[in-house]
Amino acid sequence: MATTVKIVERPAGIRRKTYLIAIVEGMWVTFRHLMKNWVGNTLGRRAKTDIATLSYPEQKKAYPERNRGLHRLMKRDNGEVRCVACMMCPTVCPAHCITIVPEEAPDGTIEKRPRIFEIDELRCVVCGLCVEACPCDAIRMDTKVHALPTIRRADAILDKEELLSRGDTSTATQGGVGSFWREKVKT
Amino acid sequence: MDSIYNFFARILPYGSASFSAVSALAKSVFFILLFTMPLAGILTWMERRQSAMMQDRVGPNRANIGPFTLWGIPHFIADALKMIFKEDFVPPKANKLLFALAPVLAVAPVLIASAIIPFGAPLCYGHMTDIVAPGTCVAPIEMQAARLDAGLLFYFAIASLAVYGAALAGWASHNKWALMGGMRASSQMMSYEVTMGMAAMSMFLIYGTLEPGAMVNAQGDWPWQWGIVGLPQVFAFVLFLASAIAESKRTPFDIPEGESEIVGYFVEYSGMRFGMFFLGEFVEIITSSAIMVTVFFGGWRFPGAEYLAAHVWNWAFVLISVGAWSAKVFLFCAFQLLIRWSLPRLRADQLLRLGWQRMLPLSIANVVLAAVWVLLLK
Repeated sequence: MATTVKIVERPAGIRRKTYLIAIVEGMWVTFRHLMKNWVGNTLGRRAKTDIATLSYPEQKKAYPERNRGLHRLMKRDNGEVRCVACMMCPTVCPAHCITIVPEEAPDGTIEKRPRIFEIDELRCVVCGLCVEACPCDAIRMDTKVHALPTIRRADAILDKEELLSRGDTSTATQGGVGSFWREKVKT
Repeated sequence: MDSIYNFFARILPYGSASFSAVSALAKSVFFILLFTMPLAGILTWMERRQSAMMQDRVGPNRANIGPFTLWGIPHFIADALKMIFKEDFVPPKANKLLFALAPVLAVAPVLIASAIIPFGAPLCYGHMTDIVAPGTCVAPIEMQAARLDAGLLFYFAIASLAVYGAALAGWASHNKWALMGGMRASSQMMSYEVTMGMAAMSMFLIYGTLEPGAMVNAQGDWPWQWGIVGLPQVFAFVLFLASAIAESKRTPFDIPEGESEIVGYFVEYSGMRFGMFFLGEFVEIITSSAIMVTVFFGGWRFPGAEYLAAHVWNWAFVLISVGAWSAKVFLFCAFQLLIRWSLPRLRADQLLRLGWQRMLPLSIANVVLAAVWVLLLK
């Protein structure tokens, strides 16, 4: 393939060649921005200026609805943890950050519940697969809170109580509708 | 008050050598410690803040002393503290003596050169609390650290020594990029000094003097009586402004730094040594602004000065004139920052072509124009 050369025309005429007019025009543009932003900012009318900066700790941008934040564990109607320790989420987790030690549930309605439920936020890649995998809406990532910086690594491992402290009662039917959900949904 | 005056008049009689020494010292201290250095510090903040506002950002506004934020002005104090406590790294193969000398040589000449700048109306010795009509004072203290007949030639002679700062920094750092920056700085500063001198020469012809104080006296209070009014004066101003920016090595003439290609002659410098180069740049802005205000914009003169001088105490009038002068210099500094953040950098060959092939012939032609102007109009 032959090399093509694009010849850029140099500005012609004394007006363009000296660049003086262009310099003045350019400086007028920057001066206009300066005055508008400076006056508006000094008078406290940030909205009237062109400034796009968000003063972060004081002003925060609203996260989108599907933002994935810190995990939380949902609760049953009686306030117990909703999780049934089915081990779906530690299995699907690509970072192996979820540790569940199951135990037998005291009441007969469910078989198991987690004795230990820990998430290592330092290992978590915030992929959200645990939420997708959960069959009973027990784990969610809709808090819109970041994993906080910690002094010790151990502080970044969240245990069951902490995950439950952000928890809420799920609106999903407890126990689900079973394997006949197609028929049940139709009726 | 009278007894204080008598005391001073006895130990420091007007016109004596000790009087000249003490007043020159007092004026230098005022000029450098109370004007140039604080303004240079504030300009480091203002550059960031003004550029932010020009680019639709907010800029530094967080630094505070207790509850006082002052729009972020304390940032320059924070910057200075940071630079003082940073590691002072000297490259092992650097020439230690020249490496230490270079930052001083970048700042000191500019400060020395500013000695000739008149920054206020003359103070009448012994009659400071009286109302002194202009031109009637018998013992005036000129608000000018050094009143030299060589005047602006002294400024050019000393300010051009600043090139040693850049060149030595480049040489002593034992770094190829620094050396290239130093070479660029010296070629650029020497090229533009010629144009600067020629632009000033047309003003010498028009004023008939080299002495900045006499230049201010030749101008009037009102803007149409200032030095800028007239065809060769306007040309001289534009040429002087362009070459003054080139002298201070700032955008659009910042190829000695050129941070995207070579970091520049101060690439090996850190901490407060780098801070000296940084500060020297802003001191140069202030000094060149002050020279431009003196030569082209009436120095300390402001509309209504003559009327005011005949109606207020001498000390108050001097304070107001110093304030007017400071305001003009500050506006010029802001204007130079506006230029710096508006225009793109010239390439090295474009810069030298502009200097030698465009601006130098124009400035020589302007000297001829000024000579004809003086012949026909004066």
